[in-house]
Amino acid sequence: MKRRLIADTPLHTLQAQLASAGVFVAMPPFVVHIRSGIAVVAEGLHRMYAGQHWWAEEGEFADFRVEVRARRRWLRPMCEFQADGLQPFTPLALGEAFAMLEWGLNWCITGYCHHWLALHAAVLERGGRAVILPAPPGSGKSTLCASLMAHGWRLLSDELALIDPSTGLLTPCPRPISLKNASIDILRQRLPHVPMGPVAHDTLKGTVCHLQVNADSLARAAEPAMPGWVIFPRYQSGAPLSLQPRGKAEALLELQRNAFNRHVHGHRGFEVLADLVTRTGVYDFTYSQIDEALACFDALAAEQGAA
Amino acid sequence: MNLAHDFLAALRTPSLMGQFTPRQWDTVIRLARASDLTARLAVLARQADVWAHIPEGPRRHLRAAELMCERQHVELGYEVKEIGLALSSLGGPVVLLKGAAYVRAGLAAGWGRASSDVDILVPRELLQDAESLLLLKGWTSSSKSAYDQRYYREWMHELPPMTHMKRGTVLDVHHAILPLTARLHPSSAQLLAAALPFDDGTGLLHLQPVDMVLHSATHLVHEGEFEQGLRGLVDLDSLLGEWSAQPGFWAELVARADALGLARPLFHALRQVHRHLGTHMPEEVLADVAALPGARPGRWALWWMDAMWARVLRAHHPMLNDRWTGVAREFMYLRGHWLRMPPGLLLRHLARKGWLGLTRPDASGEASKDSAADQPGQHTQT
Repeated sequence: MKRRLIADTPLHTLQAQLASAGVFVAMPPFVVHIRSGIAVVAEGLHRMYAGQHWWAEEGEFADFRVEVRARRRWLRPMCEFQADGLQPFTPLALGEAFAMLEWGLNWCITGYCHHWLALHAAVLERGGRAVILPAPPGSGKSTLCASLMAHGWRLLSDELALIDPSTGLLTPCPRPISLKNASIDILRQRLPHVPMGPVAHDTLKGTVCHLQVNADSLARAAEPAMPGWVIFPRYQSGAPLSLQPRGKAEALLELQRNAFNRHVHGHRGFEVLADLVTRTGVYDFTYSQIDEALACFDALAAEQGAA
Repeated sequence: MNLAHDFLAALRTPSLMGQFTPRQWDTVIRLARASDLTARLAVLARQADVWAHIPEGPRRHLRAAELMCERQHVELGYEVKEIGLALSSLGGPVVLLKGAAYVRAGLAAGWGRASSDVDILVPRELLQDAESLLLLKGWTSSSKSAYDQRYYREWMHELPPMTHMKRGTVLDVHHAILPLTARLHPSSAQLLAAALPFDDGTGLLHLQPVDMVLHSATHLVHEGEFEQGLRGLVDLDSLLGEWSAQPGFWAELVARADALGLARPLFHALRQVHRHLGTHMPEEVLADVAALPGARPGRWALWWMDAMWARVLRAHHPMLNDRWTGVAREFMYLRGHWLRMPPGLLLRHLARKGWLGLTRPDASGEASKDSAADQPGQHTQT
């Protein structure tokens, strides 16, 4: 099996392969087979997964086989996502094809991977301890997550905290960070050297764009992490920085609401989450300045290291 | 090579799963997902003691499906208890059917068997009472359109599906195993009279073994939609495996099929389960069933039906489609309806459902509940 780094592959080669038999891409902890004849999908993959490996030959187990297909409808070019023949979403505009691939992969993971307890949360790690950031859209989770990654925290995931119910450890699933609306420009200014993917305008979520995962996070993608904190972040314009301990029982309820598949794990799932809030520092976090936020997280990590 | 070979081999001889390569697993998991049999493979792999030999990639997916299924079975236990309580004052037998019965009776057919909806059979004269009692406990009719209500109540063999207000669970209340308008009329009274109690204290019953086989067979071959066709075949294979070694089982099965007028469905089902899953059965059994009046179709019809069955009873995955798959599905859809209702009614129904392209489909949606394939992916909350 000849594995090649996507960055070492010319875009037109990747594009041709995607459009014909498709490519296998290593997206730890998964292998995904992707087909698409759409240029923006090839561009997005080429830029956002530059540090990952691909190959063309059949032979390995693929967790998911997905396809983003172009489809013309009423003269407006559209695209549709297919996961092994299933079509979970209604078609989107062609320009959203790469974003659709990312959403589709999230759907595959949350729909099939019930051996983990999955929370809707970003996860980063520093000094052997991971912070879980559960948050609804609009809370500034992705902005904070991307800034922390660029600041030396290892990214495990910007969307999915995958908890192994038997060990309580977090499995990394480092994929491009999904940015929306204002956060796109903020991060473009803040992190001018970090590659960003194709911009999809006017999606259901507004303008959407992705940001590349850094090399360190990818290199350590096979390394699970021990949860250290659960922090509920909230961006509030002009607000002073605030980090307040949150009641653990209430945090537990919030995490249960946040879980994609707690029902699958039943009582065991409850225990896993109860154990999580018992063993970690649980906080509400409000911020308006990213630099202040980063300093606050660094202080937390230093405290942990000193303890 | 036949792409489904390894998948069927795993279902027939689970120990083979210990030797599959990642590449083989790739196809097997895809087909298992498409036929709602992933959890079944997981359970079979554990029982064959080959779990540890499965590569991590596919094993994770087997584990995930197994967990989901275990959860469903826990919830099923609760649901069945609630149904038993709700109908405790019905004053007649309440028989649990299909997947729920296999699971609750602890049969091998229930291992890793996904089963979200519950089906029960009650005497026809108690159907109204059953509906009233269930309404009192929170089950409501989920079908709002007048056409659907009439479709179920006048022509079918069941109430419109009932959904529990709080739990969202679905219950189908039948008074027969085939529609009132169908060509065959197996006697519900005979089925109910022979039903046996579960030993779980719910007061519910299950069909006696030969009747369970006949119901599984009838259900399999009378369907019009076959997303779950292979799973139905696996059910039947497993039920036969459970009892076929008991002395007199086959003779009793053949006699019962004759008595209930189910010789034709039994003939088709046995023939197909033997062809596709290699189910063991004494050679004379098929001949005995074929000899029953009306059981065996003519030579050409049989040839044609074999070709159709081969296509609809595969895993419903695009990789297995050939140029006849589309024809086979359309044909079997029509056949399923043909067996269920007389021609005039069938025309009206299909027109109503938009199949003939004459009218817009019924705005309230499908009357057929069977179209909702139980894909694990659709359980996600996102």
